[in-house]
Amino acid sequence: MLIAFKLKLALACAAGLAGPLAIAPLLSEGGSPDRAMRDQQSMVELHPGAVSYRIAGDFTRAGKQANAPLVSVRFERSLSIMQHQVGAAEYQRCVDEAACPALDGNVTVAIDRPAVQVSWHDADAYAAWLSRKTGEHYRLPTDAEWAFAAGSKFGDDALPVDANDPSKRWIARYESESDRDADDSEAHAFGSFGANENGLLDISGNVWEWTSTCFVRTALDDAGATISKSSNCGVRVAEGRHRTYITDFIRDARSGGCAAGVPPNNLGFRLVREPNSWISSLASGLGKARVIARS
Amino acid sequence: MLTRRAAMFSAAAAVLMLANPATADDLNLPRQRVDLVAPPFVHAHEQATKETPKIMEFTLRIEEKKVVIDEQGTTFQAMTFNGSMPGPLMVVHEGDYVEVTLINPDTNTLPHNIDFHSATGALGGGALTLVNPGEQVVLRWKATRTGTFVYHCAPGGPMIPWHVVSGMNGAVMVLPRDGLNDGKGHPLHYDKIVYIGEQDMYVPKDEKGKFKSYDSPAKAYTDTIEVMRKLTPTHVVFNGKVGALTGKNALTANVGETVLVVHAQANRDSRPHLIGGHGDYVWETGKFSNPPETGLETWFIRGGSAGAALYTFQQPGIYAYVTHNLIEAAILGATAHFKVEGKWNDDLMTQVKAPAKIPPARIN
Repeated sequence: MLIAFKLKLALACAAGLAGPLAIAPLLSEGGSPDRAMRDQQSMVELHPGAVSYRIAGDFTRAGKQANAPLVSVRFERSLSIMQHQVGAAEYQRCVDEAACPALDGNVTVAIDRPAVQVSWHDADAYAAWLSRKTGEHYRLPTDAEWAFAAGSKFGDDALPVDANDPSKRWIARYESESDRDADDSEAHAFGSFGANENGLLDISGNVWEWTSTCFVRTALDDAGATISKSSNCGVRVAEGRHRTYITDFIRDARSGGCAAGVPPNNLGFRLVREPNSWISSLASGLGKARVIARS
Repeated sequence: MLTRRAAMFSAAAAVLMLANPATADDLNLPRQRVDLVAPPFVHAHEQATKETPKIMEFTLRIEEKKVVIDEQGTTFQAMTFNGSMPGPLMVVHEGDYVEVTLINPDTNTLPHNIDFHSATGALGGGALTLVNPGEQVVLRWKATRTGTFVYHCAPGGPMIPWHVVSGMNGAVMVLPRDGLNDGKGHPLHYDKIVYIGEQDMYVPKDEKGKFKSYDSPAKAYTDTIEVMRKLTPTHVVFNGKVGALTGKNALTANVGETVLVVHAQANRDSRPHLIGGHGDYVWETGKFSNPPETGLETWFIRGGSAGAALYTFQQPGIYAYVTHNLIEAAILGATAHFKVEGKWNDDLMTQVKAPAKIPPARIN
């Protein structure tokens, strides 16, 4: 399961990243893309397919709270997504090059640990920087893409709806979100939470992952047709053991959640790579990502 | 008024009847041994009692131990009564004698004692109870005043606040023999009692802003005092750690149930508030000889005291019980949750229109 990752570690060490803090720019700025860096990204290539997906956001139907519609989302093209969350040491390189805000002092900067306590903006800055460095296009996944990649680790967050008793829904959500070890907030080594059937590590572990999906409130009519939508991109969907909506500048949701909810332990992210360059198609053509064994 | 005066008179007479025994051995009273339970729970007890005063026996075993106090895994050199922060709530009735065996096992490193705010004399018992590791002491005091009271360790000088903010604090509740009343002669009962000990904590940080970890209380002392001197806690928590009373550990109740919340703060002021609920009857200062205030939104617990609030839940849902300095509640940790089940009351609250776009302004 971790073979690909260890390979990556070996590559990183060979490239001079011997220790978590020994991080130096490897190539000249601005000019040619950083090939070593390209190679370091261990991506998982998901074949075209479909996911049964409950749309993110709040829904009302005929003016009453309702569950979001369950839809099937098809991905006509393959999806290239990081095997593990962006590492703290990888993120630190972006910080060192003054392209990303510094990590909080509490975050352990190690090559095998995720960058946690990062805001949506931090994640976005990292994606932009990595794209510049590698000459490829990296971005945060949409919520649907995340669900597709998460596979069986993606949970349906439908809740009982009782139009006459809003507390039922509230209590049900509280109970389902509480069903975990809230104490385990330490960022663990990649792979600690295992791999899903697609080979992605640590999906729905104790790190929630930012997506590019904005918080949207949709009003449906009685028949389920959309009447209106209002979107707030100052709040983004973060995915993990439960779906959550977090203000984009929050780095630590533990103290940024509402008074009576159960907040995520950590905020981190992984990126998808757009198939827009010869190098990415070559990489996927070589089947690099598929090396990851399904254990 | 007459009823109340009569009640007070008879209570006073009952106490007088006990006279003043010259020595401990003269106390010819029944004994009752009580096994204490860890907060937020409270040992079984009668609210009103028809029994005559007793000697209530409790054991407090001091335990110094390293604990985790938040989700980040911050460690803390705790000093505790019976292993919990706060120490357990001891419930007796007015006129009872409280006999406490205080044990300081030799696995501990420091001398400790106990000061009961509910007791009279000898610094609340502190002057008579100093025990070194490997020693124990037995103290008896008479419960002459009703109410909720703090107890804490007070071994002298800067040791006092350090031991208190390291966890050595708890509460005693002395009930009137005929139970609680509303101050107008009507008895009050609770279906459930919840005991919340709020604690301010002062954890040193390193140069990078990361919380430091220590191997013993003594090693933590100098740095901790430095943080304490600034009077700015790094954590304010209920029952020993952030999240001790939320999520899986949330408190529970049903609509229609009456809950008595005893809230103790041994060191620092606090402002309990039940978000979405109220305090029906609140003994803000915790002393049952005063009539409770009614219908409160937020109440004040003075540092060094314990108060009690009675509330009957009327609406199901998740309630947050916080200190309404919301910085302390949401960021430093002082939040508990009540999960309350039952039938929603539309009359009390209803969402008339769900959130939706603002309709276009009407042009007249």
